Amino acid sequence: MESEHTIEYLKNYNGREIRLMEVCGTHSAEIRRNGIPSMLSDRIHMITGPGCPVCVTVSGYIDRLIELSRDSRNVIVSFGDMLRVPGSCSDLIHAKAEGADIRYVYSPFDMLGMAAEDREHIYIFAAVGFETTAPVYAALISEALEQGVENIRLLTSLKTMPGAIERIADGVDGFLAPGHVAVITGTGDYEALASKLGLPFVISGFRGKELLSSIYALTRMAERSEAGCMNLYPQAVVKEGNPSARNAVKKFFEAGDAVWRGMGMIPASGMYLTEEYQKYDAGSRGIAGDAEISGCKCAQVITGKLTPGECPMFGKACTAEHPVGVCMVSQEGACFIMSSG
Amino acid sequence: MTGVDRTHGSGGIATSKLIDEVFKKAFSNEYLNKLGDSAVVPGYDRLAVTTDSFVVKPVFFPGGDIGRLAVCGTVNDLLMSGAKPVYLTAGYILEEGLEAKALERIAHSMAETAKEAGVVIAAGDTKVVEPADPGNPGLMINTSGVGFVSEGTEISPERIRPGDAVIISGNLGDHHAAILSTRMSVKNSILSDAAPLTEMVGRLIGSGTEVHAMRDITRGGLATILNEFSDASGIHIRIEERKLPVSEEVAGFAGLLGLDPLYMGNEGKCVFILPEDQADAALDIIRSSRYGANASIIGYTDDAKQGVTMITSIGGEKVVTPLYGEGLPRIC
Repeated sequence: MESEHTIEYLKNYNGREIRLMEVCGTHSAEIRRNGIPSMLSDRIHMITGPGCPVCVTVSGYIDRLIELSRDSRNVIVSFGDMLRVPGSCSDLIHAKAEGADIRYVYSPFDMLGMAAEDREHIYIFAAVGFETTAPVYAALISEALEQGVENIRLLTSLKTMPGAIERIADGVDGFLAPGHVAVITGTGDYEALASKLGLPFVISGFRGKELLSSIYALTRMAERSEAGCMNLYPQAVVKEGNPSARNAVKKFFEAGDAVWRGMGMIPASGMYLTEEYQKYDAGSRGIAGDAEISGCKCAQVITGKLTPGECPMFGKACTAEHPVGVCMVSQEGACFIMSSG
Repeated sequence: MTGVDRTHGSGGIATSKLIDEVFKKAFSNEYLNKLGDSAVVPGYDRLAVTTDSFVVKPVFFPGGDIGRLAVCGTVNDLLMSGAKPVYLTAGYILEEGLEAKALERIAHSMAETAKEAGVVIAAGDTKVVEPADPGNPGLMINTSGVGFVSEGTEISPERIRPGDAVIISGNLGDHHAAILSTRMSVKNSILSDAAPLTEMVGRLIGSGTEVHAMRDITRGGLATILNEFSDASGIHIRIEERKLPVSEEVAGFAGLLGLDPLYMGNEGKCVFILPEDQADAALDIIRSSRYGANASIIGYTDDAKQGVTMITSIGGEKVVTPLYGEGLPRIC
């Protein structure tokens, strides 16, 4: 059976030491949830990449949200993940305790109803995400236009993956390309990156068996130093991606430079509301402050330079129960994933 | 009465009327009907006492309501310490504007559930407060419970030994998934599993099975409870992912949201730890009990280093940690 062969191969792999990066936070979580590290030879290292949207968002963004929250005309709406993310000197939980109106929701669409019922306030959504989340915000603005709800804004920290992958590729022998992102973008971005960087990419599904097959394929390619992009998630990812989602995004957003935590500015790696829809923007462009908490190695963890266990605070001053750095605060962060099994 | 208003919390005529028309009518029994400052009830020499508050929103959800939950939660907590639940008290914090029909429905559901669980609601209290969300008045319920514990019944995690079997009484995650579906307006057929486990636990204990530890699987989920068991006993627990009963629909729903059934709450499921040589017989009893049809032996304890691990469905092994944070849906 092929899967038995795969399992044997990965367990007994005795080639050169290889470092494989999973770009997507959900891949990271599923790899650990399935106990895959216990099934790999100690010559295969899985490293988590920059696939946690909250983690790559700079502290300047949180500072801007806090600043907005201090204006009593504003209501800040966010996913729960954002509340404890540290800005340069505070976080949203403290701002809330000091009296700011900060609410958390499961879906950005929950905000529309709130805003429609209370026209006295401006409702600002903390719109953080990658290519996968951008279509949701596009749909939100579209719905707001349709319903005539004008008192909503987005503070965006929306990013696209290819530039970041290129920035951190040094020392990586192959990438598990982000499956959900590729559903939207298609395979082209990763084919181009593979040939530009001369590295193997495998677009993977999210089930344990799919991940094992993808890691197997990636290991075989990396062992032979083969460049190229293989799509092992064909049931969801097609070459052209999802054009209607991309068109919806294109209608409202355009590319612009963006600063990533620990990586600096990456040209054209951000998505911002276009001139036409500026009135829905809460000041998203030009956010750059990237303050680090003393002793916290999140920046190195996000870029794959350190594993969470190599951060001196991991499991000591910074735990899942009392998180300090953003990679522990966010449930999609590498440190949280590592310490929750 | 059409709705709850301030006067119903006054302690005057309106309060009496509310008690008569809703609670006395639903719960009628010889102790409560006296409406004394406290109920005087026959006793026993080993008592289990517990209390729990219920603040779930929405108050009605597929498969149950806050009233059924308020009875099940406290009854199951008593059962888990080896007690036979006997009396409950019920304290209501009603928000002004709550419809009388809704309150009656909840009281009726509590009465039905109490009857099924074999407990008497012997005393109660009501207060009326301003609604937190004026457009959507609700209520909160506190129930306290008293149970009788037979001489010789000692159930606690310190009694767990290497070589014990771990049994769960049914599918994981149903209540959690039902509540989340309702909150997110997702249409599906997932029902809350809120249920009193009186019959199941009574039969198991009555059969002479030597239950070392048991716990109802509520917030924090199975993973958190097994970690608490391991911490208390110093013993390693190894479970198998393939043996975990989860309905297809809950598994699909959880998968979409990035939730793991190991961390999802139930309101009518429990985990038993008991000697391996009694496990098959115990499983038969649980499976033939009401609410136990999907029970499964999910793993064993052994001599390995303290903690909880799981053999995953693809054959890996991983550490199972307790729930950290709030179990939020993933955002990407």
